[in-house]
Amino acid sequence: MSIPENLKYTKEHEWLSVEDGVATVGITAFAAESLGDIVFVQLPDAGSTITAGEVFGEVESTKSVSELYAPVSGEVVEVNGTTSDTPEVINSDPYTEGWLLKVRLTGDVPDLLDAAAYAAHTQEN
Amino acid sequence: MSKETSLHGVHKGLGALFTDFAGWSMPVRYASELAEHKAVREAAGLFDLSHMAEIHITGKQAADVLDYALVGNLTGVKPGRARYTMICNPEGGVLDDLVVYRLADEHYLVVANAGNAKVVADALAERVAGFDAVVDDRSETTALIAVQGPKAVEILGAVTDADLDALKYYASVPASVKGHDVLLARTGYTGEDGFELFVDADEAPALWRLLLEAGEPHGLVPAGLACRDTLRLEAGMPLYGNELTVDQSPFEAGLGRVVKFEKPGDFVGRAALEERSKQDVPRVRVGLKGAGRRAPRHGYELLVDGTGIGEVTSGALSPTLGYPIAMAYVDRAYAEPGTELSVDIRGRIEPVEVVALPFYSRA
Repeated sequence: MSIPENLKYTKEHEWLSVEDGVATVGITAFAAESLGDIVFVQLPDAGSTITAGEVFGEVESTKSVSELYAPVSGEVVEVNGTTSDTPEVINSDPYTEGWLLKVRLTGDVPDLLDAAAYAAHTQEN
Repeated sequence: MSKETSLHGVHKGLGALFTDFAGWSMPVRYASELAEHKAVREAAGLFDLSHMAEIHITGKQAADVLDYALVGNLTGVKPGRARYTMICNPEGGVLDDLVVYRLADEHYLVVANAGNAKVVADALAERVAGFDAVVDDRSETTALIAVQGPKAVEILGAVTDADLDALKYYASVPASVKGHDVLLARTGYTGEDGFELFVDADEAPALWRLLLEAGEPHGLVPAGLACRDTLRLEAGMPLYGNELTVDQSPFEAGLGRVVKFEKPGDFVGRAALEERSKQDVPRVRVGLKGAGRRAPRHGYELLVDGTGIGEVTSGALSPTLGYPIAMAYVDRAYAEPGTELSVDIRGRIEPVEVVALPFYSRA
């Protein structure tokens, strides 16, 4: 299961990459694999705000529905439209083409896991 | 600790993801459940169904036992043919839905759902009392492998001595598949043509491998329970625990046709079922078609003008049709195809339309 070294992770199986105060957010390959083939993604609109720890959307596979928890607080500046037309991109390419949101951070970035810590976390589950 | 079928090691080798199903560790998918679903619709899929129960009834009164124990007319099934039927409790509630194969004049095979294996085996063991017949639960030593899809005939035809042209839908025949003795049945739960092969559990891994090898050039792939569920849903087939429960009679599930009051003699549940068959059922099983991609799922409420009028029993985004489909029970007044309803999808109200079942029929 791929876990890129250059990203940060949450225990809820999301990944983040922060650059110039904007975080790109997605779900990990581990999460995508556990869900199965993703057929639907519900994301907030650009311009809305999300709050760390709160639900900001959901992903559905054929068999299940999972809520997405915001890893950071901020304003949504961009939503990956590709994921609504072809949600399978989240399975095939979760870390690049399958990103979900770009969020302009308000406040601090909370403590996140590095790749090694996240790998250990997935072993426990 | 979940039970494992004799094919567990084979599934592991194929990289299966497992799920606990009715106390069994079963493959939920090998790679992509959508690809597996598509393969069954367009080519073929190979399923391990060894978790299902195989209970044999033999003896002079084998037919009489089943006519007493089940709601169908099993005496009327010719040797070599099979029948979809149900077993009810004395109150007329459905204990399980079954496929019963008549193998000979005095030999039947009852196939029950894994989740009801014990209930069915216990009920049959109790109901055989006083009859000249023997109930023999061979579930532990019997494996069941299904080959389902439009290429199933071609695939099986190359490896068996059986005359597949002569083997009709809902028929079975003892056959040899490259030296393996099987009961070869033309039955399934996918809405496609296909076969189910009952074989000694010890021989299942070798049989699986040879079927996979014979089928791969035709597009056959190993297929898990995730796609089995979406396949049967598209075909409008009920699943015990979702569309069927002990609280319902076959009539309330819209399957009253399986109850054969015209057969002679008493059967378990007869009096209660005669009563229940006369009453208008409060809710009717229907098909639903949704808009968008968001699927109504098990337990979601159906609404008209904000008032609850029904509940979804199974639902998914249909891989074949590309839109959400579901089965549900709704108040009689809202059961006509074309009726517009709303469904509460986790707090969002979405429109759905009542449609006829099945959603999908093979060409």
